[in-house]
Amino acid sequence: MSADNQLTPRQRDDLRVIAAMIIPASDEYKVPGADDPAIQADILATLGRDTKPMTAALDHLARLAGMPLADLTPEARDSVAQEFRKHGDAPAATLVRVVLQCYYRDDRVLRSLGLELRAPFPKGHVLPDGDWSLLDPVRARPVSLRRAP
Amino acid sequence: MKEPVDVLIIGAGASGAAVAWSLAETKMHILCLEQGGWMNPAEYPSTGRDWEAKFFGEWSSSPNVRGRPEDYPINDDNSPIKVVNYNAVGGSTVMYTAHWPRLHPSDFKVKTLDGVADDWPIDYDALTPFFEENDRMMGTSGLSGDPLSPLTHPPMPQQPLGLSGAIIGKAMNKLGWHWWPSDTTVATMDYEGRARCINLGHCTPACAQGAKSSTDITYWPHAIRAGVELRTHCRVREITTDENGMASGVVYYDKDGVEQFQPAHVVIIACNGVGTPRLLLNSASSRFPNGLANSSGLVGKNLMFHPYAQIYGYVKEPTDSNRAPPTCLWSKEWYDTDLSRGFVRGYGVQFVRGAGPVFEAVISEQKGILPWGEDHHRVFRKLNGHRLGFSAICEDLPEEHNQVTLDPVLRDSHGIPAPKIDYKLSENSRKMMAHALARGREILETAGATDICVNSPIPWGGWHLLGTARMGTDPERSVVNEWGRTHDVKNLFIVDGSIFVTSGGVNPTSTIQALALYIADQMKQRLANLFD
Repeated sequence: MSADNQLTPRQRDDLRVIAAMIIPASDEYKVPGADDPAIQADILATLGRDTKPMTAALDHLARLAGMPLADLTPEARDSVAQEFRKHGDAPAATLVRVVLQCYYRDDRVLRSLGLELRAPFPKGHVLPDGDWSLLDPVRARPVSLRRAP
Repeated sequence: MKEPVDVLIIGAGASGAAVAWSLAETKMHILCLEQGGWMNPAEYPSTGRDWEAKFFGEWSSSPNVRGRPEDYPINDDNSPIKVVNYNAVGGSTVMYTAHWPRLHPSDFKVKTLDGVADDWPIDYDALTPFFEENDRMMGTSGLSGDPLSPLTHPPMPQQPLGLSGAIIGKAMNKLGWHWWPSDTTVATMDYEGRARCINLGHCTPACAQGAKSSTDITYWPHAIRAGVELRTHCRVREITTDENGMASGVVYYDKDGVEQFQPAHVVIIACNGVGTPRLLLNSASSRFPNGLANSSGLVGKNLMFHPYAQIYGYVKEPTDSNRAPPTCLWSKEWYDTDLSRGFVRGYGVQFVRGAGPVFEAVISEQKGILPWGEDHHRVFRKLNGHRLGFSAICEDLPEEHNQVTLDPVLRDSHGIPAPKIDYKLSENSRKMMAHALARGREILETAGATDICVNSPIPWGGWHLLGTARMGTDPERSVVNEWGRTHDVKNLFIVDGSIFVTSGGVNPTSTIQALALYIADQMKQRLANLFD
C-alpha cells in the first residue's frame, strides 16, 4: 500500500530534507541525492510495513526541530540531524535504512557503482574458480583429526 | 472422526522430511502435518530488483519480524541471541547458508575427553552411513580430504574459490593456519533434477535456481512419490494420550483454522529445538502435568544456540560481494580443546565472501563507518564490494538455565501459547568468542583489511536450536533414549536438533538429518517390538 497518503505534507518535506542530509547529490560521482523525486517516490510507494516506525521517526524529528527542517539554519539542521542519528533508536534506524535501500537500487546510482541494472535471477554471476594449489601448504601440515575413544 | 494413521510426523523441515522419506519404504500410512505451505521459487528475493530490501521485512530470518501467518511469535527478549527460523515445507533449509560440516567424532565424547557436559549415548560411527546417505539425498559439494574434518565424499566438486576465497586462503597460509573449501549443499553441477549454482548471490533466504538444497526439493518429492501424505497449513496444538499413557494422536488447526483431531499409532516430532519443547509443554495433561515426556524435567532445558563471533573488514582489492553463495571456506584450526587458550572445547570458522550494496550501506551506517553528507559517496565506494568476513561458530555447552518455556501471555494466531527463551552466555563462551575475534582480526589484518567491525554475538544469530529434549540412556537425565524414543511415551519419537546432547562447533543440519535417518532406521529394525 502506498504511504503517500499516510505521511503528512510536512512529514514528506522533512523526509526529503533529512534524506538529502544522509546522501547529498554528487557531481563527482554523477549521482542524485536521496531527496531526488524518483527516489522519494520509491520510498513512499514501498514503505509498507515500515510506515509506522517511519512516522514515529518523522514525529521525533519534528519535535527535535520544532519547525520544518527546511526552515532551520544549516547549523541548526546539522545539530538536529546529529541528535536524531544518535538518539533516534529503532524508528530512526528504520528511516535511514529505508532511505538507503531505495537509494541503492536506483538505476543512476547502480550505474555509477558499475553494477548491472537487473535482478540476480536468472542470469546470475560468474566466479573465478581460483588457484587451488593454495591448498598445498594445508595438505602438507602434519595435523590430524582428534580421535574419539 | 478421521481414520488413524500409522505414523504421524509433525514438521516438514530438515528432519521431518528425512524421517518421512526413510520410513516410506515400510509402506505404512505416513502423514506429515506442516504449519507452513509449499514455497514458490518464482517469488524468491533474487527474482526481483528489490531483493536486498526483502531481507529486512517479509524475508527476514526472524519470525517476529516476518510475522507471516505460518510463523509463530517467540519471546526472546531475555536472550542476547534471537531465534531465527523458517516455517514452510522445507523448514529452515529454505533459509540457511547451506554450510554442511558434520559434528566430529570427538563431539560425541565430550565428557570423556574434556570432562564437561555429557557424552552422547551413540557415537559418530553409528551415524556414518546416514551421513553418507543424507549427503547423496541433499546433494553436497566439496573437496574430500580435509585433514581436520571427518572424511566425506561429496558427489559434486567444491564451489569456486572466487576472489574472496583466494584472499582468505593466502592470509591463512601466511599465518600457517588450517582452511579448506566447505562442504555445502549448493549444487555445483546439475544434480538429481536440480540445476547447478549460477551465483545468484546471497542465497541464505532461498535459491530461485534450486541449486541450494532444501528438503522441499530434495526429500519431499521422493517421499510423496513413495506414498507419504503431506498436509500443509496445519498447525499442531497438542499431542494427546490415552489411558495407557501412549500418544493417541494430535489436535491441530487446518488451513481454514478449524480444529481437527488426527489419531495415530506413532507420533514423531520434528519441530526444532524451540518448537519441539513448546509442543511438549503445550501437551500437558492430567497424566503428564509437567508436559509430555517430561518426567526428567528437562524438556526445554539446556538450550544451545552456538554463539557466533563475527568480525569483518575491508580490503583494497575487490571481493566476491553478493556475486556468490555467502560461505565458501571453513577452518577447524581452533576446533578442539586446548586449555592454554583459557576455555574448554572450541569453534569452527566460516568465512564470508562479502555483502550486497544495500546490506553494505545499511550495516555500515549503523556501525558508524559510513558517514552522512558529502563524504558518503567516497566512503561507500571504498567499502562496497571490498568486505571480507570471519564468523566463529562457538560450541555452546548445555546449561539448564538456558531454556525454552511457555510465555504466559504471548500467543500465536491460533491462540496457542508461544515459546519464551531465557538464555545467558557462559563465561566459557565469552572467552571462546574473545579468542575467535582476536584470531579473526589477525587474519583480516594479514589480508590487509581495515575498518574492522565486530558483532559478538551476532544478535540475529540463533539459527541452531539444540539440546532441549536431550538424548540419553538415563530417563532421569534425558528425554529420549539412544534411538530417539521418549522415555515416558513409548510411541512418541523426536528426531530434530532438540535431542542433541552437546552442540559441537559447526552448523548442525547435516548431523540433525543423519540422526533422523538413524532413528528411522532403528524404528524399521524394531517394528515388531517398537513399543516394548
